[in-house]
Amino acid sequence: MGANLAAVVGVGQTKHRSSRKDVSMAGLLREAAMEALADAGMTWADIDAVVIGKAPDMFEGVAMPELYLADALGAVGKPMMRVHTAGSVGGSTAIVATKLVTSGIHKRVLTVGFEKQSESNATWGLSVPMPFSAQLAAGAGGYFAPLIRGYIYRSGAPRNTGHVVAVKDRKAALRNPKAHLHIPDISLEMVEASPMLWDPIRYLDTCPSSDGAMALVIGAEDVADASAGPVAWVHGMAMRSEPTMFARRDQVNPLAGRACAKDLYTQAGITNPREDFDCAEVYVPFSWYEPMWLENLGFCPEGDGWKLTQAGATAPDGDIPWNPSGGVLSSNPIGASGMVRFGEAAQQVRERAGDYQVELKTGRTLGHAYGGGSQFFSMWVVANHKPSS
Amino acid sequence: MSEAFQSKHVLEYPGGYTRSVGPVIGRFLTGLRDGRLVAVRTPTGKVVVPPTEYDPVTSESVGGADADFVEVGPAGTVTTWTWVHKVRPGKQPLDHPFAFALIRPDGADTAMLGAVAASGPEAMQTGMRVVPHWNVNRNGTLRDIAAWVPLPEGAAIPEAPARPLVEGEAPVTGVVQPIRLDYTVTAGAALTRYLEGLAQGKILGGRSPNSDEVYAASRGTDPKTGDPTSIEVEVADRGAITTFCIVNIPGLSALAPPVPFVSAHILLDGANNTFFGLIRGCEVDEVRMGMRVKAKWADVLKPDHTSILHWEPTGEPDAPYESYKDYI
Repeated sequence: MGANLAAVVGVGQTKHRSSRKDVSMAGLLREAAMEALADAGMTWADIDAVVIGKAPDMFEGVAMPELYLADALGAVGKPMMRVHTAGSVGGSTAIVATKLVTSGIHKRVLTVGFEKQSESNATWGLSVPMPFSAQLAAGAGGYFAPLIRGYIYRSGAPRNTGHVVAVKDRKAALRNPKAHLHIPDISLEMVEASPMLWDPIRYLDTCPSSDGAMALVIGAEDVADASAGPVAWVHGMAMRSEPTMFARRDQVNPLAGRACAKDLYTQAGITNPREDFDCAEVYVPFSWYEPMWLENLGFCPEGDGWKLTQAGATAPDGDIPWNPSGGVLSSNPIGASGMVRFGEAAQQVRERAGDYQVELKTGRTLGHAYGGGSQFFSMWVVANHKPSS
Repeated sequence: MSEAFQSKHVLEYPGGYTRSVGPVIGRFLTGLRDGRLVAVRTPTGKVVVPPTEYDPVTSESVGGADADFVEVGPAGTVTTWTWVHKVRPGKQPLDHPFAFALIRPDGADTAMLGAVAASGPEAMQTGMRVVPHWNVNRNGTLRDIAAWVPLPEGAAIPEAPARPLVEGEAPVTGVVQPIRLDYTVTAGAALTRYLEGLAQGKILGGRSPNSDEVYAASRGTDPKTGDPTSIEVEVADRGAITTFCIVNIPGLSALAPPVPFVSAHILLDGANNTFFGLIRGCEVDEVRMGMRVKAKWADVLKPDHTSILHWEPTGEPDAPYESYKDYI
């Protein structure tokens, strides 16, 4: 944290869909941005700086979004920058925006993450053969499925653990009108009957491909104090990265994720995440990543993540709900997905989560994103009260 | 040390990116198809062409489909220009020398970029009058204007030629944007050395003088420390599968093998890193963590990855989990 406090004072989000052919890319971002401005009681003129993030450029073929979007996002005559950390970008973009406030540089920063995936194909974007490298070109699932197999072997988790998450998050999404996937009759049987894509990952264990945008307005302490609506105070922010490959790298339980969580918890005074948070919005693009990240984020000892999932601890009515919004498994506008996690965590402590609001006890929640080959991590803790100094 | 390998590389999304343009730009593109220039009047009263969904200064919305659309031009005034002496055929609007100009259509407060087909730079001048030369076959893209041409003083403004009417034609909602990038990729010294090894049927790795860890197909540095992996080490062309998945989705890329296939992490004997390999030579459901595999070399070895066709079981006893558990 910097020397100054910051809070989320406005949140805006599109309804996520497989395709938004009715809007331009700028129009999609503006939907989320204008909703966030209205929520914050602000106009474009009130904003001091704009920070945007999106997924890798090949995904939608826009290499310099900051150039194309400056006037669309109210950045004329103001600082604007773009953040780029693969799938974790939504989280790291929110953190960069917030640091512009905690550093004392700006008072009101607009940050937007987006994806218009329908303009191309993410699997193509991830599988472009490069000269001189041996390519097995098996897509994102082909990258993560062996790691999931490694987790299952290590932990002895029952084979249906992923399916339990796949059902839980889709049921949760039914309460979130902005979620992409609404599958009213989702069941374990349906997941188990879905095609095996990358053994051990079945079709319904995977996230959808979505068009969507997420926007936050970050305010300084005096801005947040003066806000008419509830705010989410930022209690900690952390980012870590590590190479895709190094000798004896733990790819199932990456060091960078553990180190990031440790730093975050120290900042926010978290000693027992399972008790200290009211819920967590965690980047789970393949269902098995819930038990894997439960361990990586210290919600339980290593090897026990699946036990929490199987016991229902992470369900909306469990003791530590994970992804009450439906999570990435229900909406995945990749460049926005991390910011959606951060923003949903904020909405919970603002008691703005509608039908998927959790009960607030500690008033603190976790937002999390990861990207690349489990190599970029960004996380924050937000609360309904100021950090104690 | 030999010269680093180089290769051509083309980055191009097949068919081009599809852009949905929204109601405001859609109105402009539909206008082009009709042979008209459509602008928008923004909340601050400026007439902007091509129209934007927002006021370019205040970012306030113009009102989407209900915006105040106005027709401008088609004649306009050149506000500035540059002469293109040498054209790149097929990559620029015209195949003969021309001017790139900013043109403010009559009635608009902004200028738009256009190609002016003039006889030479001496025929160009800021403040000169130009009109669009419309294509007959128009489909709602900027290319519907073949070029802008000088408008002699007193001359009548030509109408856009009629295009064949299409029954029930819908407004323009999108465009296709082909993007192609041509690269020359250089392998670098470490990778070049590895590829040369493949041509000799060897798998080369590298180790830094400060480390006991060997990287097969080293990128030239130890990823933990950044030290150069300057000590060349040959590792075995066999090792153990640490983990894997069975891919059942066909056509993930042009290079993907027929499904189902096994994509495995392989830890070679003598190396301290794993890499992806295609497993063949057994049924996919026979593949196991710990299974021992060896490289199946091509009949003709070349300095590239085609020298190893795939990996296949050796028949040796499986490696114990303890021996590779730190590599997953």
